[in-house]
Amino acid sequence: MSALRQQVPNAVVWLVLLTMPYWMGAVGGYTELASRVVVLGLAAMALNFLLGFTGVLSFGHAAYFGLGAYGVGMTIKYLVPSTPLGILVGAAVGTLAAMVIGALIVKLRGVYFAMVTIAFGQVFFFIAFRWNEVTGGDDGLTGWKRQALDLGFTRVDILGSDKAFYYLVLAVFAACVAAMALLLRSPFGRTLIAIRENERRARFLGIPVEQHIWLSFVISCFFVSIAGTLYALLSNFTDPRALRWDQSGNFVIMAVLGGMRSFWGPLIGAAIFVVLQDYVSSQTENWMSVIGVFFMLVVLFFPRGVLGILRRRLAS
Amino acid sequence: MTQLILFNVFNGLVVGAFYALMALGLSLILNLSGVINFAHGGFLALGAYLAYTLMPYTGFWGALVVAPVLTAVIGLAIERVLIRPLYGRDPLYSLLLTFGLAYVLEDGARFIWGAQSVPYPIPASLTTPLSTEFFFLTGYRLFMVALVAVAVLGLFFILNRTRLGIRIRAGTLDLETVSVLGVNVRVLRNLNFGLGIYLAGLAGVLAAGMLGLQPTIGTSLIMPSFVAIIVGGLGSLPGTLLGGLLIGVASGLTTVFLPSATEAVIYVMMGLVLLVRPRGLLGEEGRTQ
Repeated sequence: MSALRQQVPNAVVWLVLLTMPYWMGAVGGYTELASRVVVLGLAAMALNFLLGFTGVLSFGHAAYFGLGAYGVGMTIKYLVPSTPLGILVGAAVGTLAAMVIGALIVKLRGVYFAMVTIAFGQVFFFIAFRWNEVTGGDDGLTGWKRQALDLGFTRVDILGSDKAFYYLVLAVFAACVAAMALLLRSPFGRTLIAIRENERRARFLGIPVEQHIWLSFVISCFFVSIAGTLYALLSNFTDPRALRWDQSGNFVIMAVLGGMRSFWGPLIGAAIFVVLQDYVSSQTENWMSVIGVFFMLVVLFFPRGVLGILRRRLAS
Repeated sequence: MTQLILFNVFNGLVVGAFYALMALGLSLILNLSGVINFAHGGFLALGAYLAYTLMPYTGFWGALVVAPVLTAVIGLAIERVLIRPLYGRDPLYSLLLTFGLAYVLEDGARFIWGAQSVPYPIPASLTTPLSTEFFFLTGYRLFMVALVAVAVLGLFFILNRTRLGIRIRAGTLDLETVSVLGVNVRVLRNLNFGLGIYLAGLAGVLAAGMLGLQPTIGTSLIMPSFVAIIVGGLGSLPGTLLGGLLIGVASGLTTVFLPSATEAVIYVMMGLVLLVRPRGLLGEEGRTQ
């Protein structure tokens, strides 16, 4: 019975996600907004793999998100007009960069780790910004479109139909989320949680902490870069803002807002954040102030996040 | 060619002096309170805009004195209200809070003073080149370097010779003991934050005269300041100073040989330092945690 009850939240989440394009319009949204929630939800959940389940604060995940975005865009534009291949290339580029940078920063902890990830994030921003001929510079990478999926027996037109694209996004999301859930349940995932709870004790138990943190960082960045590829495909466009520091901050606030100690928390945070941002930026030019104040309010009054508070209520 | 290199090295030195001034403030706050002040760039811009607003009444020199102090007072108030509740919590929260604050400060500057860059007059006595051959040696640039040097000397004087400074340094090493010895740690952190913000404000007043004044002036200077801290050494203020000057000169030199890598070169330096010496050039042992 209790096992069944544990599955209720999962069932609710999947039910909502599966039906989203059909009721999004009725509540004042649109399909593209639904896709954006899922994509950024994936990014926030991927960040939370590192932040919430390994206890390591990265404030530079936008870099890998953006590398994924540029990876897919440049593959389709310059190499092969194929959506799946583009996603693979984008994920590979982001993951490779994370492997190199992860190796450099793995000895640092806490605020210093955060600071170095922020700083490294800027490198890719400047590359995208400066390398005009290839990346389109400040104007962004244009002149490419997501390509219809060729499944052999049928073609899925993800370009013409927003709904078809949404379900592609959801399928990728499901695969990534399932992989993360499995990883977290494995002995490896349990070890990560042990490191989060008490790094020194984990070290005394003979766990190679640096290796684990590096691996967790790389896994997290792999999933973030996949989210990045989907983000670029969603708008058939990407620009340096996708990998700037403010995007990294957005991922972190999504994770905190939803509840970074829970698996689904960041998705809920992403949904709230995306809808809020969409609404505020259509209402006022000073949306930056509104988002900034929102950050401060969440930190001061809502640090446990939606699911953290919910869980406390249920427990008491 | 020699002249071009000299010009860019000198230019890099001036920019590096800004980075150092800003990074010193960041470092002060980081070392004592464990807070990465993402809004430091916002405070820098605030200082610059306050000087711009004051200038018609007080003149350049008056603004140079008053604006950083005003910025520091605002900083003290913000620390008291927004940041104090977060001490002792995961550093994630103070980082997110100052991140939001950075948004508000930048957007606020845009709202009050406009998105366009505003003219920022500097006294004519400072703008004339001192030598025809080395045209880049304007009085203003020399003056800036000198003033940064004075500010840095003043900071080290405060830290080494005054009661407040000695307490700050002691608190950096072991805050709990300092507290047990009867020092009011809340006030100490508050004043330390104000001191850091004062340096940001001062950097802003000076930088605006050289880089021009627009709302994004702070954001463009904060990332190199992070790099300066990491390159120079975690926990070490002389290291931060060295780091700032080093990356300034390095990016100045890169402008000569590979202009498109001007920004990227400092991150390459950071990568190299992290590879060889994770705690930074003058970093204290065990300060990577």
